[in-house]
Amino acid sequence: MSQPLLSLKGLTKAYPGVIANNDISFDIGAGEVHALLGENGAGKSTLVKMIYGLVKPDSGTMTLRGDAYAPAEPRAARADGIAMVFQHFSLFDALNVAENIALGMENPPPMRDLASRIREVSETYGLPLDPFRTVGDLSAGERQRVEIIRCLLQDPKLLIMDEPTSVLTPQEVEILFKTLEKLRAEGTSILYISHKLEEIRRLCDTATILRLGQVVGGCIPRETTARDMAEMMVGSALKTPERSGRALGEVALDISGLSVASPAEFGTALKNLHLTVRQGEILGIGGVAGNGQEELLGVLSGEIPTEAEAVKLAGQPVGRMGPTERRTLGLLTAPEERLGHAAAPDMSLTENALLTGAVREKLEHRGFLRWGAARAFAEKIIAEFDVRTPGPENAARSLSGGNLQKFVIGREVLQDPDVLVVNQPTWGVDAAAAAAIRQALLDLAANGAAVICISQDLDELMEIADRFAALNEGRLSEPRPTEGLSVDEIGLMMGGAHGMEVANV
Amino acid sequence: MIRLEKRPQPSRAWSMATPVLAVIATMVFGGLLFAALGKNPFQSIETIFWEPLFGEFSFYYRPQLLVKGAPLVLIAIGLSLGFRAGIWNIGAEGQYIMGAIAGAGVGLAFYPLDAWYVFPLMVIAGALGGWAWAMLPALLKVKFGTNEILVSLMLVYVAEQLLASMSLGLLKNPEGFGFPGSRNLNDYAAGNSWIAQDIGLHWGVAAALIAVIFAYVLLNRHMAGFQIRLSGEAPRAARFAGVNPTRLILLCLGLAGALAGMAGLFEVSGPAGQVSIDFNVGYGFTAIIVAFLGRLHPVGILLAAALMALTYIGGEIAQGNLGLPAAAIQVFQGMLLFFLLALDLLTNYRLRRTVTEGN
Repeated sequence: MSQPLLSLKGLTKAYPGVIANNDISFDIGAGEVHALLGENGAGKSTLVKMIYGLVKPDSGTMTLRGDAYAPAEPRAARADGIAMVFQHFSLFDALNVAENIALGMENPPPMRDLASRIREVSETYGLPLDPFRTVGDLSAGERQRVEIIRCLLQDPKLLIMDEPTSVLTPQEVEILFKTLEKLRAEGTSILYISHKLEEIRRLCDTATILRLGQVVGGCIPRETTARDMAEMMVGSALKTPERSGRALGEVALDISGLSVASPAEFGTALKNLHLTVRQGEILGIGGVAGNGQEELLGVLSGEIPTEAEAVKLAGQPVGRMGPTERRTLGLLTAPEERLGHAAAPDMSLTENALLTGAVREKLEHRGFLRWGAARAFAEKIIAEFDVRTPGPENAARSLSGGNLQKFVIGREVLQDPDVLVVNQPTWGVDAAAAAAIRQALLDLAANGAAVICISQDLDELMEIADRFAALNEGRLSEPRPTEGLSVDEIGLMMGGAHGMEVANV
Repeated sequence: MIRLEKRPQPSRAWSMATPVLAVIATMVFGGLLFAALGKNPFQSIETIFWEPLFGEFSFYYRPQLLVKGAPLVLIAIGLSLGFRAGIWNIGAEGQYIMGAIAGAGVGLAFYPLDAWYVFPLMVIAGALGGWAWAMLPALLKVKFGTNEILVSLMLVYVAEQLLASMSLGLLKNPEGFGFPGSRNLNDYAAGNSWIAQDIGLHWGVAAALIAVIFAYVLLNRHMAGFQIRLSGEAPRAARFAGVNPTRLILLCLGLAGALAGMAGLFEVSGPAGQVSIDFNVGYGFTAIIVAFLGRLHPVGILLAAALMALTYIGGEIAQGNLGLPAAAIQVFQGMLLFFLLALDLLTNYRLRRTVTEGN
């Protein structure tokens, strides 16, 4: 066998109270696409941070092309040919593509030379990009291209990609994969972090699976089923949410002709939305975040007032009502942003239970708070949704993202809503918890509630939704039954490749 | 190298300990300052902290503590509610003046009627005066989105002009031989706030204690208090929870104004005695410091006001007895606030030593 590009031996990193990585060893071969799989908190990010020089391992060694490799900082890692595309882009909206790329370089060449190099690289790899376009006008897929090109300009030997497809439409994913395949053909290794198993099966040559900071196995994704990989990640048999046949009832929520400007500066206005959800139905709304999802949730939660008739709950106009009145009537919502929107970070879980539960759970009496009842409600959420925390007196920010998400969803589900609207309900949540949350939504619908699930995760929507619609640039497509809907059709409903040129590789 | 690391939970132990540490640090650095000025640092610190409470003339200074502390508590409690919600009323001084003018005006209008209801009416008028003055920035903010910091601050100077005009015109003592200033309410039994003047006890002291309890119950037991805290800690979550920002602004500014107005009334009908051009001495501004020193907690404010009153009185003694310059005392008080805010960081962060390895 030829020498591996990067070889990890016994890497260990402990943080106070938790061993993030314990004795991790594996090799990444030259020209190999290597998947790093694991649930949230399995230690994937700590591991790549060590490779990229952001974190120093407590013990263990790394070998790069046969030489000892211990980057003191990302600059050293880059000098050794390791590049990373982060999940969250670090770009300045007001600057153009070339300026953004120049900012990340040690010695940026003159702008004209840089622009021609950007053009050259982008054409070679099938990532068309105009160096002089302002980043603020680019779609998420195009922004990702900026990050990738920034990396490719360094001519990396190893490219680390952290959840690259979470912001892309299926068509955009296709373009990205063509680029990555071309890079592989040229001998560049790729360390690909994802939890989307079908993508990994399609793209990756080998996979290493992490659980609780340890390597629990490796596999050849093409020869392994997604289910087997998921079970290796979780460490137990995975329960697929059950959908039972549900009888649809009356129209529970009716949005008609809804147009509203976004209160946020770079937000997306909603344009002439129409939709209805019946009792017992789950409507899935897909689309890349930032296309009006937050605004739609705000319109339904009551944070963004609209024309009274634009939103009707069981026939009653509620567009002018505030959040509390809507909750009283049975319309509950769970926003995407957990810390700061769905929950107050520095407040205890008891206080956060009170945040939306005050009316329906009768946690106040003539304006006075019933702390005992609030605490009991918080404890009930913690118990029924398996929220891992020492107790309800802990601050919301002390919970991990997945646990807080379970708390937020549980808080609304347990209030027995007539209509529940959730935005990205399983974002950043581990597979087991995600399955539990989806099951809770299905159970809710089975008991006659109407559910709107806004999500970027198409697999999730296909799994639980009865009908699917896509929200793209503030416009909602005609909802269609999910049964028999193909990935291509979904992609087109989501606006295709967002007007991006398709690569010709 | 030292690095700050955010604690997963705010530390209760540190939030109790930091005020004590801040006082100690102030004593150390204040002592150094006084030493640099050529004074005996130990004697200076003792004069400031010990003399007013247990010194030879403490029988005179102790009542002063109540007199100075009460308005600070009243105003700071009101301000703390707004500060908690992220509503920055900086103009308590103006609301204090307007409360004094309105309350004293009512009292003077009844003069010399001797009836039990005169003083309660004065209190109500004082509260309304302060409330009305606070409603100006509140309504402007709600209707036009103006900045309450600027408007409330500017209205302080308007109130000061009005105070001057009142003491020279409408409220001027008709038997005052043309001197500026109103009748002295201390000479009007039905219209003054003293309960027991020899120990410094007036109705303002009682009101301050009631306000502490009221604010404590509001913040910890009532929906409105919960909404106030929520709005300050996570404004988006507050909107999501259904908090009406307009109502909250009116409530917080209104309460702060009413409490400041009452403080003004108790002051003018007691320790100050009359409406005069130099009636206000900056309680409204000092209360901002008190509110933060007490970390916006009602009981904390009570303690902070006591501490501030102590340094004021002690500072005056130190100026008189030891010849310390007034500026040095002000620096000393500034240090106290500085250390408190700086050490406050430790409740939410812990210090970590980072070992820097050679590259």
